[in-house]
Amino acid sequence: MSFLSFLISGISLGSIYAIMALGYTMVYGIAKMLNFAHGDVIMIGSFVVYYAVTGAGIPAPAAVLISVVVCTFLGIAIEKVAYKPLRRAASLAVLITAIGVSYLLQNLALLFFGADPKIFPNVITLPALNLFGGQLVIAGTTVMSIVANILIMIFLMLFIKKTKQGQAMLAVSEDKDAAMLCGINVNGTISLTFAIGSGLAAIAGVLLCSQYNQLTPYTGSLPGIKAFTAAVFGGIGSIPGAFFGGLLLGVIEILSSAYISSQLANAIVFAVLIIVLLVKPSGLFGRPMREKV
Amino acid sequence: MKKLREKMSLPIRKMVHTILGILVVFIVIQILSVTGVLSSSLENLMPELCFYAIIAVGLNLCVGFLGELSIGHAAFMSIGAFTSAAFTNAAADAIPSVGLRFFIGLILGTVMAGLFGFLIGIPVLRLKGDYLAIVTLAFGEIIKGILNVLFIGKDKDGIHIALINSNQESLDPETGKMIVDGAKGIIGTPHATTFTNGVILLILTLVVVTFLVNSRTGRAIQAIRDNRIAAESVGINVTKYKLIGFSISAAIAGVAGVMYAHYVSSLTASKFDFNMSILILVFVVLGGLGSFRGSIIAAVILTLLPEVLRGLSSYRMLIYAVLLIAMMLFNWAPGAIDFRSRLKERFKRRKEERP
Repeated sequence: MSFLSFLISGISLGSIYAIMALGYTMVYGIAKMLNFAHGDVIMIGSFVVYYAVTGAGIPAPAAVLISVVVCTFLGIAIEKVAYKPLRRAASLAVLITAIGVSYLLQNLALLFFGADPKIFPNVITLPALNLFGGQLVIAGTTVMSIVANILIMIFLMLFIKKTKQGQAMLAVSEDKDAAMLCGINVNGTISLTFAIGSGLAAIAGVLLCSQYNQLTPYTGSLPGIKAFTAAVFGGIGSIPGAFFGGLLLGVIEILSSAYISSQLANAIVFAVLIIVLLVKPSGLFGRPMREKV
Repeated sequence: MKKLREKMSLPIRKMVHTILGILVVFIVIQILSVTGVLSSSLENLMPELCFYAIIAVGLNLCVGFLGELSIGHAAFMSIGAFTSAAFTNAAADAIPSVGLRFFIGLILGTVMAGLFGFLIGIPVLRLKGDYLAIVTLAFGEIIKGILNVLFIGKDKDGIHIALINSNQESLDPETGKMIVDGAKGIIGTPHATTFTNGVILLILTLVVVTFLVNSRTGRAIQAIRDNRIAAESVGINVTKYKLIGFSISAAIAGVAGVMYAHYVSSLTASKFDFNMSILILVFVVLGGLGSFRGSIIAAVILTLLPEVLRGLSSYRMLIYAVLLIAMMLFNWAPGAIDFRSRLKERFKRRKEERP
């Protein structure tokens, strides 16, 4: 039974990684850049919820909504100010800038919110599930993470398949110049991608902080990198890839911290990333990238 | 003298000027500290300037010349630091001279960091761009994680190594001593790092990288950076040269780590985190990719700045972040490059109009 409960908490953590991984994978698919600051957008979103609930006394669902809006605009602003001018520059330059943005958000949070860990309020008030006559208890947060993950995944798949905007995203990720010739607003589409990814970051932030009950300016950075790992694991640019990559990574992390060593769990997760990149760089669902001269 | 100057190529001449500059600064600081003008807190900072400058030069070799972004360079620093500090502590009875232990520790730490650079480089350098960067970060986290659960104890039977669980109890109670104590790291390393040996190592590093970059090997490395496929098609062994550049860069980080270990009073693995790697990257980017002199100057200024302007220290990281973004946008954005060249053009024209 303990294995089953570890497995379920792994799936729950994995669901959060999956939602975060969506932000990475969509942006990587379209802008061909690793948005290093994504994890820190998650952190900012969580702080918005924290202050809205504990400071202003706003009910939790409304606070989450505010956080989604704030993160969406933050994502768009970051893209416009820092990434857009570098769109045709070397990828090294874009990556360093993204790291700079991540660092900036962390230190702004440090300055305004302080380094002391905040106790994250109980936002998710779902009752815990009792299974097998009380032998297996699944927390409300866990249920919420899994349900949110599945819903978001279905919504995004439908959005990309059925709407004009979603098709435009696919076209831009395929070939920016050709998409522009077809009359697609490339800048708008990229902004929209950042907006969706960052909006999802807010939701992921709430789930992440509900799971750990703690919030610091560094909350987002390591989970962010792990979520990127998940995105790479599943195949960057692929939405089902982010889903399965996230779940697998969460399960690996929880199981290795339960059965090997909690201190080595991160090292094991990163070792998985390295092995995946070396053996199958395009991930589980990705398409192999061809190199042109 | 003049003949000698003509014989030297431009990069070598630049290096000589930089070394002379370092020596002048060194002498001035020595005079200031002897006469007591320099405050003791600033004096204590001097070795720090040296090892940050050294690792900045090392990372610049990797980012500026090899063209591969490493955001896990602090890990190589930690390997150099832990190897050398473990040695200087373990050999305390066998070799009484601190100087000699430091010297052997320096060699061991440098070689170990270079070896890890080589071993990690074999898989990592097969990847490109963002993937490579994220994998260097992953390796950094793995090394940090393992060092955090590494226990090395010493007693009359020899050295005992354990992972995850402390082996302190299994040591002989009388002669037993923990050298590496998991997350608590290493304490009691002798403070062997001084400003003088720091400057010597910095100059040595500078000479090594300058001659490397201007050798056949260095030109091959830069050719790979500029166009990998073209370099490959003229017969350059890409993997070999990338590995050479990466290992040397890691070894230089190891030198900085050795100095760090013999400078702080307690050495912990958690200090060598992502933030440390970014700090070094800021030095490199601010000083200019591909300019060793710039890296040294940026490392010195950015390490001194918060010390000189005390009120600034809480904004320090924030300023670094803004500088990093601004520098990248200014130097690399096509729009900014256009703007600068237009500005230059206008200045030129104005000069021509007013002879």
